[in-house]
Amino acid sequence: MTKIVVLVKQVPDTNAKIVVSGDRVDLSAVKKVMSPYDEFAVETALRHRDASGGEVIALTLGGAGADKVLKDAKAIGVDHIVRIDCEEELDSNSLQSALASTLQEMGAEIVYCGKSAADTGAGSTGPGVAERLGWASASNVTSVGFDGGLTVVAPSDGGNARMSVNTPAVITCDKGDIKVRKPNVKGIMQAKKAQVEVKTAAIQPSSVTIVAHSMPPAKPAGKSYEGGAAAAEVANLLRDEANVI
Amino acid sequence: MTELIVIAEIAKGTIHTTTSELVTAANALGGSPIIIVPCTDASVADAAGTIAGASKVIAAKSDAFAHYDAAAWAEALDAVAPQGTILTSATPQSKDLAARLAARRNLSVVQDVVAISQNQLTSPVYSGKAMQTVAISGPAVVSVRANVFDAAPSTGSNEISVVDTTGNMATAVQEFMARASQRLDVAEANIIISGGRGMGSPDNFVHLEAIADTLGAAVGASRAAVDTWEAIPHSMQVGQTGKTVNPNLYIAVGISGAIQHLAGMRSSKYIVAINKDADAPIFQHADYGIVATWEEALPVLQSTLAGMMA
Repeated sequence: MTKIVVLVKQVPDTNAKIVVSGDRVDLSAVKKVMSPYDEFAVETALRHRDASGGEVIALTLGGAGADKVLKDAKAIGVDHIVRIDCEEELDSNSLQSALASTLQEMGAEIVYCGKSAADTGAGSTGPGVAERLGWASASNVTSVGFDGGLTVVAPSDGGNARMSVNTPAVITCDKGDIKVRKPNVKGIMQAKKAQVEVKTAAIQPSSVTIVAHSMPPAKPAGKSYEGGAAAAEVANLLRDEANVI
Repeated sequence: MTELIVIAEIAKGTIHTTTSELVTAANALGGSPIIIVPCTDASVADAAGTIAGASKVIAAKSDAFAHYDAAAWAEALDAVAPQGTILTSATPQSKDLAARLAARRNLSVVQDVVAISQNQLTSPVYSGKAMQTVAISGPAVVSVRANVFDAAPSTGSNEISVVDTTGNMATAVQEFMARASQRLDVAEANIIISGGRGMGSPDNFVHLEAIADTLGAAVGASRAAVDTWEAIPHSMQVGQTGKTVNPNLYIAVGISGAIQHLAGMRSSKYIVAINKDADAPIFQHADYGIVATWEEALPVLQSTLAGMMA
């Protein structure tokens, strides 16, 4: 039975206003959701199970507050939900080490995750975990096929390519042409009752530490014009002042 | 002092100019980097010979570099690069490579860096709604955004050596798929002109395309336009759930400037906004704002630009 694991992360709602108070972002008033690209990863993992059997386990790392995204994954059909208990802020090295050792212990055979998380936007977790496991990886994947081995469509050399991927592998998912299924009443009821399996993992010390958050630098006020005829002047300024054309 | 290594950015078989920006970024970390050029043909590395501020150039030659494969590239570059802090560009492919290289060496990776001050690195987080500054202790892998650091001048004369290397491919291309459009992709363009729902109809995007053809620009779209009109594909979408772009010039036409959209383009070097609503949030981010309908402004823009380019 193929063990399919999908990594999910809880992030601030992408429509939320981000406030910096002191020198840290203040997320206390912000609604938390599953990172949007992780939703495509969950959907793809479920399709993998539907196509070739097996079970799907959603895995996250965080405090008890992160259980909500696991329940959201459960509501649309994952089989098991697991959280590595850790409240600390981790750098990529510590995070990936904890995930990789847990995946190994779980006997994961294929891992899906979003192409990047909506908070950091880094996109490091998928390829980093793959490297630590000695697995193949394919990133920014928009479509996955399961017949006759794993195939993916991903950007390549300015276009797209269909590639076969050795397994085991980590696949990071972009928004493709798939629709993420919605939870039904039965799913929501099951999610409510579902138990989160809480694991501990050895956490290495971080070598990258957050010094400060700040608001993006304000742009100096630009020049404003009324009426379409001003487009001629703006075109000249783009050449002579901004030097961009 | 940790060694500094720049992995050259390769585009269409040649060294991309962002490689010179990476050298400047490495200098900001306090040293002259070794430039490593992943290539199948060592002559590709010649262009790195004149990048000032570097210590030397290594052409890392391998068949594995014919096509991007995360596992193979990380293995082949790891074998060539000395221990130290590695800098890559922040294209999606190079960020992927940066993450794999870091993991291979049990290092941390810091992505999308836009400012460096000693050992402190700043990157946008929350889709650019805030900035995060981190301190690194010891070696790390760092990806650096394009168009942020000045390019190092081409006045250097670096020694170039060739090292053969190998990596095991974990993926195999079955077919390259034709792109839906022959146009430049927004993720690759230095100039982007994007339309929003204010364009009224997807048919009116031809006016944006005409200007794009004049400037050698890509055509983008807001999420509202992509969601409203089937004819506008998601591949054109700039924004939080689309592509994050960092061009020299971004022209937003009939785009109000929702947080969603701003997240994907606010770090553009110059922003021009054309919108009939003077209160549209996009104007707060524009270097040049024109309050006008696209019907009024685009023909003037097109004819002026065409005159300049002629």
